[in-house]
Amino acid sequence: MSKPRLTREQIAQRAALELPDGACVNLGWGIPNLTAAYVPKGITIYFHSENGILGMGPRAKKGEEDFDLVDAMKVPVTLIPGASFFAQEAAHVMTRGGHLDVCMLGGLQVSEKGDLANWRVPGAKGAGGIGGAMDIAVGARRLIVTMEHTSKDGARKIVKRCDYPLTAVECVDTIVTDLAVIDVTPDGLQLREVAPGFTPEEVQALTEPKLHYSGKVPEMLASAR
Amino acid sequence: MTRKSKIFSTVDEIVADIRDGASIMFGGFGGAGFPNNLIQGLARKGAKNLSVISNNCGTGDGELGILFKNRQIRRVTAAFPGPGATYFQEQFDKGEVELELVPQGILCERMRAHGAGIPAFFSPVGVGTDVAKGKEERVIRGKRHILEESIGADYAFIKAHRADALGNLVFRKGARNFNPVMATAAKTTLVEVEEIVEVGSLDPEAIVTPFIFVHRIVVVQGLRYV
Repeated sequence: MSKPRLTREQIAQRAALELPDGACVNLGWGIPNLTAAYVPKGITIYFHSENGILGMGPRAKKGEEDFDLVDAMKVPVTLIPGASFFAQEAAHVMTRGGHLDVCMLGGLQVSEKGDLANWRVPGAKGAGGIGGAMDIAVGARRLIVTMEHTSKDGARKIVKRCDYPLTAVECVDTIVTDLAVIDVTPDGLQLREVAPGFTPEEVQALTEPKLHYSGKVPEMLASAR
Repeated sequence: MTRKSKIFSTVDEIVADIRDGASIMFGGFGGAGFPNNLIQGLARKGAKNLSVISNNCGTGDGELGILFKNRQIRRVTAAFPGPGATYFQEQFDKGEVELELVPQGILCERMRAHGAGIPAFFSPVGVGTDVAKGKEERVIRGKRHILEESIGADYAFIKAHRADALGNLVFRKGARNFNPVMATAAKTTLVEVEEIVEVGSLDPEAIVTPFIFVHRIVVVQGLRYV
């Protein structure tokens, strides 16, 4: 079974469609950060950064960088009209206090109940790092996790119970992967879309908990490569 | 009444009294707003056995890296030590430095609380995770919370863009980050600025850190490690 799955860029592109016009949004490291480039034309998103920015625009052009104006990944960015600066604790009043409309984080494991593990692989070298992920996961009005559906060695990442160190419990609303869009609901995981060329049964085989769906499951939009 | 001058003429003088075993907060995030001149001064001064609070643990030799390289730090409280913090990571893997890993917003709020005279608070962040280990848990308004204690330090090392001679501070863009909250949470706040202006020339509406939180100032060209 080596059909092509979606690329990381395509996951980001699909995830960008989840952002409503005018939303205040925080994007985490990895695939979430790629999402900013795929916001559809005509939609304005106020991107938030933990170092105290609301209203980040695209990355700064080469030669025009201001290294005091960087996102949480240290990348020089620009501002859009209406942007503001504030301190780190105010940035986290926004995360933890439930003021951000949508947040996106990468994931190592997501459980059936929406528990998220995303900051440490057990047994890995080094100290690991939590950063802002726990504050974001707890406070986001809507939390979307973007990730590959399975790990590099083929292990399932959507599981009944996370065995990696948790970021937060019962926090994930939607999972966008290279194989599917899945909503976490009180009645279990709802399979909303599948990647082009994949069947719900194939996605289920790579997902530990039961996926609920009925009738024909629509295909994920995927044009970028 | 005029206040005693807070202005020091050199970086070495401003850090001259820092002793072994001191606790120090360091501002900075994403390469911006790091008090790199003060850090370099502390490296020259050589105070050891330090207990530090910082979002991260340096980038190679840059930022806090030099203090780990010199083995001046015994314990660190951080949210994201960082893959580029090579000296810290080496010492951590060998068990030579102690780490308290803290969610970033909670690190801010623990400092904010200390500065505001609040000894502890309940928070939903970290419930059910490793962060909750050993902490009191309580259900408030139907939701689980854990008790977080406030955190202060002997010194805060911060970077601002501009000060007036009293120590009122303004910052620049994303370089503000942890600096203002750290200024409130330390017994003595040291600030490096690019420029000092006359008292009365900063717009009172624009002052982010009022002088009451600032004790020592040195003017020095900012250093950045990209």
